[in-house]
Amino acid sequence: MYLLILLLPLLGALFSGFSGRFSGHKGVGLISLLCVILSMLLSFLAFYEVGLMGLSHHLTISSWIDVGVLKISWSFLFDSLTVTMLVVITVISSLVHLYSLEYMQYDPHLPRFMAFLEIFTFFMLILVTADNLVQMFVGWEGVGLASYLLINFWFTRLAANQSAIKALVVNRIGDFGLNLGILTTFYTFQSVDYYTIFSLTPLLSDSFLNFGGHTISSITLIGIFLFIGSVGKSAQLGLHTWLPDAMEGPTPVSALIHAATMVTAGVFLLIRFSPLLEFSSIVLNILIIFGSLTAFFAAMSGVFQNDLKRVIAYSTCSQLGYMVFSCGISCYNVSMFHLANHAFFKALLFLSAGSVIHALANEQDMRRMGSLIKFLPLTYSLMLIGSLALAGFPFLTGFYSKDFILELTQITLNNNLCNIQGSFACWLGNLSVFFTAFYSFRLIYLIFINSTNVTRNNIFNSHEPSLCMLLPLIILGLGSIFVGYLTKDLFIGLGTNFWNSAILILPNHSFFVEAEWLKITTKWLPFVLSSLGIILATLINVTQTYVYLYNKIYRYGCFLINKKWYWDALFNRFFVYPTLNFGYLVSFKNLDRGFIELLGPYGFTKLIPTWSHIFSKIQSGQLSHYLFFFVLGVCLFIVIIVGNFLFHSLQLMFFYLVLIFFI
Amino acid sequence: MLTYINSTNTSTLLFLISVLGIFLNQKNILVMLMSLEMMFLAVSFNLIFASIHLDDITGQVFSLLILTVAAAESSIGLAILVIYYRIRSVIIVELMNLMKG
Repeated sequence: MYLLILLLPLLGALFSGFSGRFSGHKGVGLISLLCVILSMLLSFLAFYEVGLMGLSHHLTISSWIDVGVLKISWSFLFDSLTVTMLVVITVISSLVHLYSLEYMQYDPHLPRFMAFLEIFTFFMLILVTADNLVQMFVGWEGVGLASYLLINFWFTRLAANQSAIKALVVNRIGDFGLNLGILTTFYTFQSVDYYTIFSLTPLLSDSFLNFGGHTISSITLIGIFLFIGSVGKSAQLGLHTWLPDAMEGPTPVSALIHAATMVTAGVFLLIRFSPLLEFSSIVLNILIIFGSLTAFFAAMSGVFQNDLKRVIAYSTCSQLGYMVFSCGISCYNVSMFHLANHAFFKALLFLSAGSVIHALANEQDMRRMGSLIKFLPLTYSLMLIGSLALAGFPFLTGFYSKDFILELTQITLNNNLCNIQGSFACWLGNLSVFFTAFYSFRLIYLIFINSTNVTRNNIFNSHEPSLCMLLPLIILGLGSIFVGYLTKDLFIGLGTNFWNSAILILPNHSFFVEAEWLKITTKWLPFVLSSLGIILATLINVTQTYVYLYNKIYRYGCFLINKKWYWDALFNRFFVYPTLNFGYLVSFKNLDRGFIELLGPYGFTKLIPTWSHIFSKIQSGQLSHYLFFFVLGVCLFIVIIVGNFLFHSLQLMFFYLVLIFFI
Repeated sequence: MLTYINSTNTSTLLFLISVLGIFLNQKNILVMLMSLEMMFLAVSFNLIFASIHLDDITGQVFSLLILTVAAAESSIGLAILVIYYRIRSVIIVELMNLMKG
């Protein structure tokens, strides 16, 4: 049963990939949907057995690499962390499959699309079920590949090609870090199995490595490398630029990959390695700083984006920041809880956005929407649920995880903890709540409530999608409302034994109890801030105060934030173009086609004719010259034979003689 | 009294003189042929002296052989020279550059 969860999406992928031509759109849709829904049901069973009944499974299929001390096998680990991810992935994936059957209805390449979605699901399942780093890396690279294929699904579009390449290459930078992490792990622990690593970590927590001339704790080094991996995959600050651009793919792809599953792989990696990260406070501090900066930066960038999908993409980026800094303050279970909840309401937001885009004939610019509340009431309600959940409205899903993360950061403000990074996370996190609420409701107002900017033709043709698209939306909407409440006690309840040994939190890092006894005023802080955001968005959009705000400074600020703080421009200016120039001018033109050619074929083809010309010049036809060379030759022979006995540096002299002659 | 060293010196000197005769001469091919004969002579000298010094007849046998070879060689060489003169009607060494590389 456990292996069938993995196998079914693979079978579906192979079927839809290879027999799409014969079975047609309907057949492919049916089979792939069936595969992924069966996989979902089985993963519910797995969740019941592993998560609720407290068993955990470790299945070994076969040996894969067996060289000396390096033993890697195809084996799968199903513990509570894995099954939670399994449920999230398969549920979101099934709903997205169902949704894209209608969304991609008129696309001529639906079988290919389904095959890519299935292969993505398969690789994601490989990633979460692996029991060693190398097998996990298979899934890690696989989802990168699937993301490339899916972003590039409409391969005739230049923008899609560019974004796909950007996504893959930027991910590869992180993957390189992960590679180094795997190698360092193997060097330190002589193993890449999770269990071996985690059991040995306390023992090796004071082992040191020499890295680039610095002596550094090996646990810290591994943690940093793994974090670099997750920076790439989870779009943390620095390598986040691929995520907003990845919106060039079809909307279900954005919902599946860039909101619910693939970007969570980095966070999953951090949570999975909690027994290792716990032993390095440096890595935890890095997680806090990068996570909170990402949360803040992305929330701020989302405010002035005009593309519907980009706003949601930035909110994804921001929420991933929350997850990462909550790993940094050692609340891995809260991070995982937020991951699961976020998957539901973010998939809901993206799919509702897809529904809006679908209704408006592929219009994505929010400035050209408005007053769709009358035309798409159901989409409006669902999107409102999603936005409220995202903003952390009480008793919706986002409230239970996000506000708890913020409460935990409040704990770190306590003076006796000496946790300055934690207070950093606290302030930035709370500020991001404000921005999150603001842009969520800006989106709601611009799309649904403000007076319309849609063309007459589009607005008459706008319609609610049919059941095939609505059903996933409704399920996700129900999920966004209830999932947090229902699973709260299971995931983050006080003293829950759900996580067993999957997550390790050192006792001196655990502040769960303190968080429960915060002052009630500080507990209200995130809610107050998000309400402020909502109120501000309402004020600005209803009374149109932005007309008064319009001045030069405001305009420059807007422009800066709209251009994503010029990260892309700066990266292009300082990394991409210099690298390309180096590649072309230095390594290609000067080295490959220049220096090495000069020493190699090109140089010899130039040199040998010159030399042969010199040689043929020797035969001048003059008898006396010939005689001179006879005598010279005889003399040289004598000099060499005699001189070898007498002088040792004769070879050198001879070499100089040849050199003088030819030059 | 002619010791071995002296006679070797003499023959080497003779050989070198004849080499220089070939070498420095740019004009006259007859002088070159004569220098060539002198080289043979020097070698024959050397062989004869060595034969006496080592008390071995082989050196003299070789010198006799060289005598005949030198005679044959000079006759053929002169014959070639005559033919060459008949065609080109000039035997200046500097102008013999038909075989330029």
